[in-house]
Amino acid sequence: MEGIKITKEVDARGSFCPGPLMEMIRLIRSAQVGDVVAVISADEGTKKDLPAWIKKAKHELIAEEPVEGGATRFICRKLH
Amino acid sequence: MAKNILILGGGTGGSIVANILARSLSPQEATITVITASPQHIYQPYQLYIPFGYQDPRKIARSERSLLHRRVALVVDPVEALDIKNQTVVCRSHKSYPYDYLVIATGSTVDEQQIPGFKEGADHFYTPEAAFVLYEKLQNFNGGTIVVGIGGLPYKCPVAPIEFTFMLEEFLTKKAIRQQSEIIYTFPLNDVFNIKTAADYIKADFDKRNIKTELFFNLSEIHPEKKIAESIEGTELSYDLLVMTPPHKGAPFLRGHEIADADGWVQTDRHSLKVAQLENVWSLGDTTNLPISKAGSTAHFQAPVIAKQICAAIRKETVDPEKVKYNGHVACFIESGYGKATMLDFDYEHPPQPPPPTEFIHFQKLALNKFYWYLIPKALI
Repeated sequence: MEGIKITKEVDARGSFCPGPLMEMIRLIRSAQVGDVVAVISADEGTKKDLPAWIKKAKHELIAEEPVEGGATRFICRKLH
Repeated sequence: MAKNILILGGGTGGSIVANILARSLSPQEATITVITASPQHIYQPYQLYIPFGYQDPRKIARSERSLLHRRVALVVDPVEALDIKNQTVVCRSHKSYPYDYLVIATGSTVDEQQIPGFKEGADHFYTPEAAFVLYEKLQNFNGGTIVVGIGGLPYKCPVAPIEFTFMLEEFLTKKAIRQQSEIIYTFPLNDVFNIKTAADYIKADFDKRNIKTELFFNLSEIHPEKKIAESIEGTELSYDLLVMTPPHKGAPFLRGHEIADADGWVQTDRHSLKVAQLENVWSLGDTTNLPISKAGSTAHFQAPVIAKQICAAIRKETVDPEKVKYNGHVACFIESGYGKATMLDFDYEHPPQPPPPTEFIHFQKLALNKFYWYLIPKALI
C-alpha cells in the first residue's frame, strides 16, 4: 500500500496452529506504538476474526489488501 | 578433509539431526558436534502431568550423552555468541568452535518478566520447578476460582492449556471439590482454540463439564495483591489460582542477532529451513520464526529435511527442493481427561481433522511418553 511503511509482516498462509490471528496479536504486542504490522492469510475465518480483534483491542485496521492466490494482507497500526 | 558440522542445542531437534547425520556420513566426510547448555535432555511433555501428581518431576530427564550416537561429540557449554561472517561459535568458557555447517536448535525459554506481576501472581508448568510448585498448590486447593490461559505469544505446545484445563476438571472432580470450584478458561481469540475443527469439540466438552470461557483475553498485567488478571482488551478476572503459560523468547545469544528478531526467533525459510538465505545454516524447532506450532513434533518432522541437505552439500550433490522440503507437518496429541485423548495432524496444505477423543489415542500418547527415549531423539522413527 502506497505511503504506508510496514514495520514487520508475517506470511501466515498455511499456518493452522497457532494461526494468522495469533500472529497478528503477537506482532502487535511486540511492536512499538505507531508501528504498522501486517499478516497475510488465506484463511476464511481470519477475515472475520482479525478485524474483530483489532476493533476490540482498539487498534487501527488500515487496510485489507488482496494478495495473489485469494489471500489477504491485513495491515494494522498499533495505537496504544 | 572432514567438514565440521555444529549443532547448537541438545533438545529433540538437535539430537535427531545429530543422530541422522552420524549414521549417514562417514568420519572422513564430517565431524559432528552438539553444543548444549545442559547435560540433561528433558522430555518436556511430562511437565503437564506433574501438577496433578501423575509424574515424578525427578524422572523426566536423561543425560544427553546417552541419547547421542557415539560418533557425535558433545560439548556442554552455553553459547554466548554466533559470528556468521567468520563461521564461529563462542561459548561461556570463552572457547571458540568453527563450523562449515551449522544447525540452530536452541529452543525457547520462558520469560516471566515480560508481563508485570507474572512472577508473583501466576503459576505454570513450563519448567519442572514451576510444575512442582503448582502441584503443591493444587494438593492444598480446597475450592475457589482457577483461571487458566495464555500469558504471551508465542508459547510452546499450543494445546497444553486446553489439556491442562481438561485434566484439571478431572482432578477437582476426583478430589471431590468440583462443586466448590470454578474453572475459567481464557484464550486470545474469539473461540476456544485457533483450529475450528478442534474448537468445536472442545467447546462442547467445556459446556458438558461446566468449564466457563473468557474469549479475546490477552493477558497484559497481573495484580497479585488483588488477585486480578487484566487483559489488553480491558477485561479483569478475579482468581484464587492463576495458571498461565508464560511468555517465551529465543536463546539469549540470538535476541537482536542479525539472523533473528529482538526476541531471538531465527529467520527461517518455511520449506528449506535455511536461515536468512545463508547456504550453510539451518534452524528447526522452537527457535525459528515460522508461524507454526512450537512443539517437539515440529522438530521431529523438520530434522530429516535438514540432515538430507547437509549430506548433499558435503557430497556436492544436487538437492531437488521440491523433494527435500519441510511441508509444515505437525502431529500433536490433546489429552482430554478421563483416560481419553484426540490428535491434531496437519501440514501447510491440510488443516487438522481431529477425531473424537478415545481411550486408544490416550494409550498411544502414554506409549509415546514411555518410549520417547528409545525412539525419538535417537532418530529411530
